[in-house]
Amino acid sequence: MEGREVMLPTVSRVALCGGTHGNELSGVYLVRERLKRKRKVEEDHISVVTVMSNPRAVQQCRRYTETDLNRCFTHATLSGPVTDKTPYEIVRSQELNTLLGPKGSPEAMDLVCDLHNTTANMGLCLIAYSDCDWISLHIYRYLQRQMSDIPVRFIHFDLPLNEAYSLDSVGKHGFAIEIGPQAHGVVRSNILSTMQEGVQHMLEWVHLFNSGTQFEGGKVDVYTMVKNVDYPRDFETHGITAAIHPQLQDRDFCLLRPNDPVFQTFSGETLKYKGTEPLYPFFINECAYYEKGIALSLARQRSVGIPSIRSEREGEQGKRESSADEMEEEEKIQGEMEGEGYQKLIEYGEESDSLNGQHN
Amino acid sequence: MYNTTELCSVMSGHSSPAAILYKCTTRTAFISQLVKKRQPWFLLPGNFQRLLSRVLKLVLSSESLYQLFNIPAFTTAMTSSTNVSCFHEARRVAIFGGTHGNEMSGVTLVNLWIQNGKEIHRKGVETKPFITNPRAVEKCTRYVDTDLNRAFTTENLSAPSGDDLPYEVQRAQQINEIFGPKGSPEAYDVIFDLHNTTSNMGCTLILESSKDHFNLQMMHYIKKAIAPDSCPVLLTEHPLLKYSTSRSVAKHPIGLEVGPQPQGVLRSNIFESMRVVLKHALDFIELFNEGLEFPPCTVDVFRVSEKMDYPRDTNGNIIAMVHPNLQDCDWEPLNPGDPMFQTFDGTTLRYEGAGTVYPTFINEAAYYEKQQAFVTTRRETLAAGAIKKT
Repeated sequence: MEGREVMLPTVSRVALCGGTHGNELSGVYLVRERLKRKRKVEEDHISVVTVMSNPRAVQQCRRYTETDLNRCFTHATLSGPVTDKTPYEIVRSQELNTLLGPKGSPEAMDLVCDLHNTTANMGLCLIAYSDCDWISLHIYRYLQRQMSDIPVRFIHFDLPLNEAYSLDSVGKHGFAIEIGPQAHGVVRSNILSTMQEGVQHMLEWVHLFNSGTQFEGGKVDVYTMVKNVDYPRDFETHGITAAIHPQLQDRDFCLLRPNDPVFQTFSGETLKYKGTEPLYPFFINECAYYEKGIALSLARQRSVGIPSIRSEREGEQGKRESSADEMEEEEKIQGEMEGEGYQKLIEYGEESDSLNGQHN
Repeated sequence: MYNTTELCSVMSGHSSPAAILYKCTTRTAFISQLVKKRQPWFLLPGNFQRLLSRVLKLVLSSESLYQLFNIPAFTTAMTSSTNVSCFHEARRVAIFGGTHGNEMSGVTLVNLWIQNGKEIHRKGVETKPFITNPRAVEKCTRYVDTDLNRAFTTENLSAPSGDDLPYEVQRAQQINEIFGPKGSPEAYDVIFDLHNTTSNMGCTLILESSKDHFNLQMMHYIKKAIAPDSCPVLLTEHPLLKYSTSRSVAKHPIGLEVGPQPQGVLRSNIFESMRVVLKHALDFIELFNEGLEFPPCTVDVFRVSEKMDYPRDTNGNIIAMVHPNLQDCDWEPLNPGDPMFQTFDGTTLRYEGAGTVYPTFINEAAYYEKQQAFVTTRRETLAAGAIKKT
């Protein structure tokens, strides 16, 4: 895997979305500030569209007005009929699909990055549906290396494209950037700075990639979602009867072993983890998930090999990730390019000024 | 003639009759200790000895005095003390949760106690747990039409009732009927109103009047009981900044504000802190009702001074956030020149007040719409006179 270089199309059209949940304020403020600058960012290799996904929810500072927008991007919902009675968010998801998609088609944005906050102590997470989208995984590794102040992790929800329900699934490549802990309805300066930094590094990477930089292969750690755990509830009222145990609270991504404390009932009793496999908890005590019946989610960690990648140059459009049959042909072309000194790394320093002008 | 305060300090300073009283479990033991030790205070002026003999008389005649040994502060049931404010027994006490439907500690505790009130039961007290804004609780939102905790104005309470009124105004009128009427002798004695905040305020007690000696004594008791943990007291008595709370229906309103906790989230540690503070508050009421006299005391409070909004542009949009140096620093001194806000392009805006203030409610989610980034306070020491029940 690592010896092989994969050629991928340039990531020329990027969408940056905030306010998909109207009370997750880092994304809202970041998008607002970018829109204020009113500059459509065009570079040689990259154009960035900035979108406020759910303006009504943002205006009311609520997660959503009628239904969760970030669950409205399955193929079924996107292709459903729209009437007077259709919830606002479903109408909006179809609008966004027209603007940034259509999902699954060649016209879709190359990269959709959706900005979120969580009340859980998760640091910075990239959340995506694939563990073999090399663009997303390379961006992840780049962010990890560039950002030392905050833990950066990659969470993988193993769902096929038509079942993928969130906004980021509309693009050819996509992920959510989820940063916590931050209370909903609040903007914390340190969290906003982190998000700005993350977005900046992501766009840097895209620029470098599009300019022909080769990114070396390697291994990255990925957390694959296994299951959700709900709160213990009262049989009749369905109200919760326990809270996350103080020893689990804020300990996202600390391994949860069988018999570790998970909940503390209101009468002080400790409820323990009954699973047999040690797993990594995340989204511990996320506010929005109480109504979805999720107290925490559990993931398996594994190491994923990523190939070295480079963007296709002109004249090579149409080439996709090689199958074994095409590998020989590709290696031959690569050899020719190296021989000519064609492949070179662009000096980052020269390019950085224009990038810095785009965003704060 | 020593007054009660002086007596307490003399006694505890010499650790003589107070300490002995504390340790002895029988009356005879007490007397023999006094005689045996021949404490220097026997040589003190005659008026002190007269005082002591009255203590002895009381000891010999009153069993209940020994029940005092279980409380943290030494007190004396000296009926001769002057300047004791007498209050009626606090018979009717309410505990409000869900005044803001997404502040989960109060909602959870009150629902728990509605199901099983054993934990809040105290002898001689009717404690009523009550969800004030059930519709907001159901939707897990702060309010439905308007903020219930601002709705108890005279205007709202006296308005003719009707379905066209905002939900929370109707609710305020209902609550005033059940627990009030506000300002009348029939009103509930005490109401505890349970709140959470996204600000790092710890366990804050909110006091509405600097002249409420009953409340001051309760807060003093609570602070001592939870020491070394702290329990700041916020005094909201201010001609402009004071607001009409749901608890203001009672004769003695007490706010409990515990944070930091995001709206809609229940954190175990926050939940337990609130529970412990309430336990001490109810203990105080029980002791008071049993006839215990609480000697004069002082309480350090933070009096609200000024509301500080976020810097905004001409369209009213926020252009800066709470500065990282100020974020989470509730109750810590903010000096002129200290960083206060940070604009989105990184510029620092500094506090330009005349002197040091103590900010609180820093970055409370619900206050963005109320144009408040934080509120400044000034430290003050309030004196409370001795109190006991009539």
